[in-house]
Amino acid sequence: MRGGRLELQGLRRSFGGIVATNDVSLDFAAGSLSAIIGPNGAGKTTLFHLITGLLAPTAGRVLLDGEDITGRNQQVIVRRGIGRAFQVANLFPSFTVAESLAAAILTHEGRTANLFRAFPPTDIVGRAGEVMELCGLQHLAGAPARQLSHGDQKLLDIALALALDPKVLLLDEPTAGMGPDERWRMIGCVHRLWQARRMTLIFIEHDMDIVFRIAETVRVLRYGTVLAQGTPEQIRQDPAVIEAYLGSEHALQAAP
Amino acid sequence: MSRFSGWRGDVLVALIAFSLVAALSLGVGSHALIDFIIRLGIFGLLALSLNLLIGTAGLVSFGHAAFFGSGAYAFGLLMQSGGWSVPAAVLAALTGSALLALVIGVLCVRLSEIYFAFLTLAFQMLIHSMVISWVSLTGGDQGLMGGIPKPPFLGVELARPAHLALFSAFCLALSAVLLRQVIRSPFGVALRMLRDNPQRAAFLGLSVFRYRLGAFVIAGTFAGLAGVLMALYVSGAFPTFLYWTTSGEALFMIMLGGIGTFLGPILGAAVFLFLSDRISGFTEHHGLFFGAILLLLVLGLRKGMLDWAVDAWRARGKGRGV
Repeated sequence: MRGGRLELQGLRRSFGGIVATNDVSLDFAAGSLSAIIGPNGAGKTTLFHLITGLLAPTAGRVLLDGEDITGRNQQVIVRRGIGRAFQVANLFPSFTVAESLAAAILTHEGRTANLFRAFPPTDIVGRAGEVMELCGLQHLAGAPARQLSHGDQKLLDIALALALDPKVLLLDEPTAGMGPDERWRMIGCVHRLWQARRMTLIFIEHDMDIVFRIAETVRVLRYGTVLAQGTPEQIRQDPAVIEAYLGSEHALQAAP
Repeated sequence: MSRFSGWRGDVLVALIAFSLVAALSLGVGSHALIDFIIRLGIFGLLALSLNLLIGTAGLVSFGHAAFFGSGAYAFGLLMQSGGWSVPAAVLAALTGSALLALVIGVLCVRLSEIYFAFLTLAFQMLIHSMVISWVSLTGGDQGLMGGIPKPPFLGVELARPAHLALFSAFCLALSAVLLRQVIRSPFGVALRMLRDNPQRAAFLGLSVFRYRLGAFVIAGTFAGLAGVLMALYVSGAFPTFLYWTTSGEALFMIMLGGIGTFLGPILGAAVFLFLSDRISGFTEHHGLFFGAILLLLVLGLRKGMLDWAVDAWRARGKGRGV
């Protein structure tokens, strides 16, 4: 096992008088697949910002495999092995799919300072191809990112994070803005990635069917605090969650 | 991939272009043509180096002429002090420009977009004021007077216009090959990532600051070389070299030729110089005509000439299903 245990201890972040993240303590086991759910404004994306160094916490700690990485900047955290994909696909519009991934791998390996070689170096091309294949993007290798469909842009966004071979991968609503068919294609892809690489995968998701279908554990946030956590079955039965968020519909359904 | 698709191909193209220019300037040898080639070398290089910042790294600098001026003054002062050969003085002037770009860059590249643009402009004006007021060294608003000695080296006599034209064309061709390699290299790809999406680049682990600074220093160094050529051309150095209007002209050339195509700035410089010669033949109101041309370009093509031509060529290829 190559690690990837992520611990959040008493994490807190306030913006002026508003507390977006309030004493959040969560433990994600190495190699686990977890979902974070919660209504809009529950502090899910803020939590990702705090983990990845885009925001510094007001209090609390973030530990990766026992090492304190609280408040380090994005570059340091990503090099320690926490990759991230975004709610709105966050790409390099003029780069083709193959170029994007090759550039990501080169960057991760600290090889971008080279002025004398041509891009992409031959040893990178094959590895970029592997990531493309894993994400089902190989047929789009030569297409510029800006011309991809919404779903393929989201996939490329995930592929960019994946190209860094992270220990922990954070996906912020991988299926946002997709139709039902596309959603399942995406989530099938995410699940395959997790099985292939066995990284710690944490995703934010609104679609409860998806969450209950693939997540090993579910964490429910509300008003910046942890409302509940447990297996999908436990969450489905949890009275507080039902009242706050799910409604009775999901509680009554049998497990898929 | 063909054997000539990389830097070898660029060297080949540069050699051919240089040979053509050499044949032209030695064969035709008209005064106007030689003059034009010298100035094309100077301003093509200035625009090309600025486009490394604008087109590749996405950093719009309004203060690029600061390094043009520093190259010219450093070279002029060294040559006037005596005891320096031309190549040594060129290297020293480039080093000076690189150091100046490093210092200014450290302070500027942390800022984004409009703040970066304004701060580069401010530093340029600061240096301009220093040059104006440090009369004992720079000659103040009179500039470096008394001519610049140009001792021959390796059979090159820069005092002769034809030799200077070849030297100028050589510097442009060599710089173009080097800058093209910079853009093609992993470093250049990092710059393009920063242009496209600095936030995401940071999330891949790229240091935004270091790479922007690198681009700023490289661009400043090549602008310094353009300044050296300018000092050789006018046999002096003047405060207008580092005034904001010089930066503005370089920007204008880039917009004219195109930011998205490597040779766009050189074409822009050629067109700018050509028009500038024609227009000053019959009017003193330069700005009026250039303003009208820029308006036509912005409203009509919506991009520089070479960008437009390349896009049109690609669209034509697609239309035929190529």
